[in-house]
Amino acid sequence: MEKTHILSIHVENESGVLTRVAGLFSARGFNIDSICVAKMLDKNESKMIIATSGDTQILEQITKQLNRLVNVIKVQELTDEDSVVRQTVLIKVNADETTKSDIFRIKDIFGGRVIDVSRNSYTLEVTGSERKIESLIDILRPLGIKDIVKTGIIALQRTRKQS
Amino acid sequence: MEHNSKKKLMTGSKIILESLIREGVDTIFGYPGGAVLNIYDELLNYKSRIKHVLVRHEQGAAHAADGYARASGKVGVVLVTSGPGATNTITGIATANMDSVPMVILTGQVPTNLIGNDAFQEADTVGITRPCTKHNYLVKDIKDLAKTIKEAFYIASTGRPGPVLIDIPKDITSSVYEFDYPETVELRGYSPTYFGHHVQISKLAAEIVKAKRPLLYIGGGVISSNAANELKELAELLDLPVTSTLMGLGGFPSDHPLFFGMLGMHGTYAANMAISNADFIVAIGARFDDRVTGKVEEFGKNAKFAHIDIDPSSIGKNVKIEIPVVGDVKSVLSSLLEILSNKTEEISSAKYERLGWLEEINAWKYEHPLLYHMKDIIKPQYVIEKIYELTAGEAVIATEVGQSQMWTAQFYKFKNPRTLLTSGGLGTMGFGFPAAIGAQIACPDKTVFDIAGDGSIQMNIQELATAVQYNLPVKIAIINNNFLGMIRQWQELFYHKRYSFSEMNINPDFVKLAEAYGAVGLRAKKPDEVVPVIEKALSIKKPVIMDFVVDREESVYPMVAPGSPITGMLLV
Repeated sequence: MEKTHILSIHVENESGVLTRVAGLFSARGFNIDSICVAKMLDKNESKMIIATSGDTQILEQITKQLNRLVNVIKVQELTDEDSVVRQTVLIKVNADETTKSDIFRIKDIFGGRVIDVSRNSYTLEVTGSERKIESLIDILRPLGIKDIVKTGIIALQRTRKQS
Repeated sequence: MEHNSKKKLMTGSKIILESLIREGVDTIFGYPGGAVLNIYDELLNYKSRIKHVLVRHEQGAAHAADGYARASGKVGVVLVTSGPGATNTITGIATANMDSVPMVILTGQVPTNLIGNDAFQEADTVGITRPCTKHNYLVKDIKDLAKTIKEAFYIASTGRPGPVLIDIPKDITSSVYEFDYPETVELRGYSPTYFGHHVQISKLAAEIVKAKRPLLYIGGGVISSNAANELKELAELLDLPVTSTLMGLGGFPSDHPLFFGMLGMHGTYAANMAISNADFIVAIGARFDDRVTGKVEEFGKNAKFAHIDIDPSSIGKNVKIEIPVVGDVKSVLSSLLEILSNKTEEISSAKYERLGWLEEINAWKYEHPLLYHMKDIIKPQYVIEKIYELTAGEAVIATEVGQSQMWTAQFYKFKNPRTLLTSGGLGTMGFGFPAAIGAQIACPDKTVFDIAGDGSIQMNIQELATAVQYNLPVKIAIINNNFLGMIRQWQELFYHKRYSFSEMNINPDFVKLAEAYGAVGLRAKKPDEVVPVIEKALSIKKPVIMDFVVDREESVYPMVAPGSPITGMLLV
């Protein structure tokens, strides 16, 4: 069964760790949709957030094998329901006198910011869920997107609510 | 003062050798080269404490260290140079990795300032070996050297064992630092589970008593965890029939009335039928390899499964497991036996109820035993049977890969763990002979054989010089059919006898070849020559090649076609 999965992988911050982790995916022909890596509070540790899609059973196997890697401290699968998932996008969009106000309005609706302005383009920065970013892109597309760059998704497990 | 004397300044080379001694290493298998010259120079000073075995090809070093480790249970150590030295060990490392053999491979690397410069004899060794080691290291600072060696031995020998490689740039081996060997390791991401979960073991105990048609399916984990005694106790306590994978052979005595042989593609009729008719199968240190399960959906289709394994990623990989137990086989079996010791009454009634099940398996055993028919041409199976008889099942047997390997598994009745050394996972031709060399060094008082085909022996024949140099009386039995026999068998069965490049038209004269190397060569062409040749070989305290000229088109049976259910056996 194909499904999007988010893995949160807590690793030791050492050279080669990324290759070891990525190698387990590539060896099975699994594509990594996005990956974000950064140091944690303790500089000797990093957190990787990997988004991937594919067969659930194979992913379970990958998860077990990730746990087997000496430099991997913990692996956790996160879901949309139990975690906060965010992505940031920078979009350079065509702008002229007739569209500027539209762009500003869209930016406000999406809670974004204009971070660069030129005579005929605006660059927006927007953070949100993957779905929100997708709909932003859909809305801006008719105006003409000159360039776009997205971070991978980052995710953090929600604190459990007391029942 | 005391502090200073504890932390002595040493070169990297000396640190390496001192660390090896701290790990109890007394033997290494290696081949010198530019990037490890400093280590080799220092090695001369350690001649009395570390025996260095000079092989003739680095692949031989890796397999020999592997054979040494399998036969002794200790960590095998390899020392080779950078670039080609390192790449030549890859097959050996991958072989050890697939079969979970503890090894530490020290490879030289170009000096740190040249790494990434396409320097002479440079290869990205950690990059190349990442997928085929349990873990690997590039030492970039001499401060990390001793700690890295400590970790490498720890990782290699604990949990599910495996090969660990340490890549050491040449400048590290000549620079100087204080030597302080760490007592412990701290690895946050690595802590194998040794003790099985009590709840799971209790469930297993309840099921194993309740089951009407239970079966033990054992694998190499029984051997790596030294659990043969506990296993025997368990089987005998409950009268449990036992079947083994190739890697598990020797983990349970083959001549035991509860043993029904190997299962899988070339397994016995009884073992494969038992798997399919059992209602409860306990997999112990096994990993449900495709050569074992055949069509995986049909494997043990009437059974519930329990699985004991130290590697959680082995559990539930191919087959759904009702009772997973993560832990060391020996420790889990001990706990299981302890729980069972309180169930004496239930056990005796369960044993009584299961008599019919054992009878059924025995009937399969007598219905289709392993057999062959010999007239005036030597049959390969006969050779192996005679080797078994003349060594009383006490020899250490290394094998190559293919028909000779399967006949060995079928016709040599292994009694003890660590007596069969075979490349089960990777299936490496050329493994057996250097592995036999390593085993002979580990066990100088034992008789060590390599059972080979005429194809596979030629893959590492150069090691005959090593065997002669160190006067290792390894006995090589070549099952010579002038074919890559297993390839020929598949071509006969699945490709309408189109023998595409499987015939070995030109082979050397193996007797003369042995003599050219300074070993002894013997040949048997007729059935009545087999026993005298083996007897003679056993009486010679030198490496011996026995060339057995056998029936060219004999096949290994039973055989399950790949992807078929294991009950779909082609019998003789």
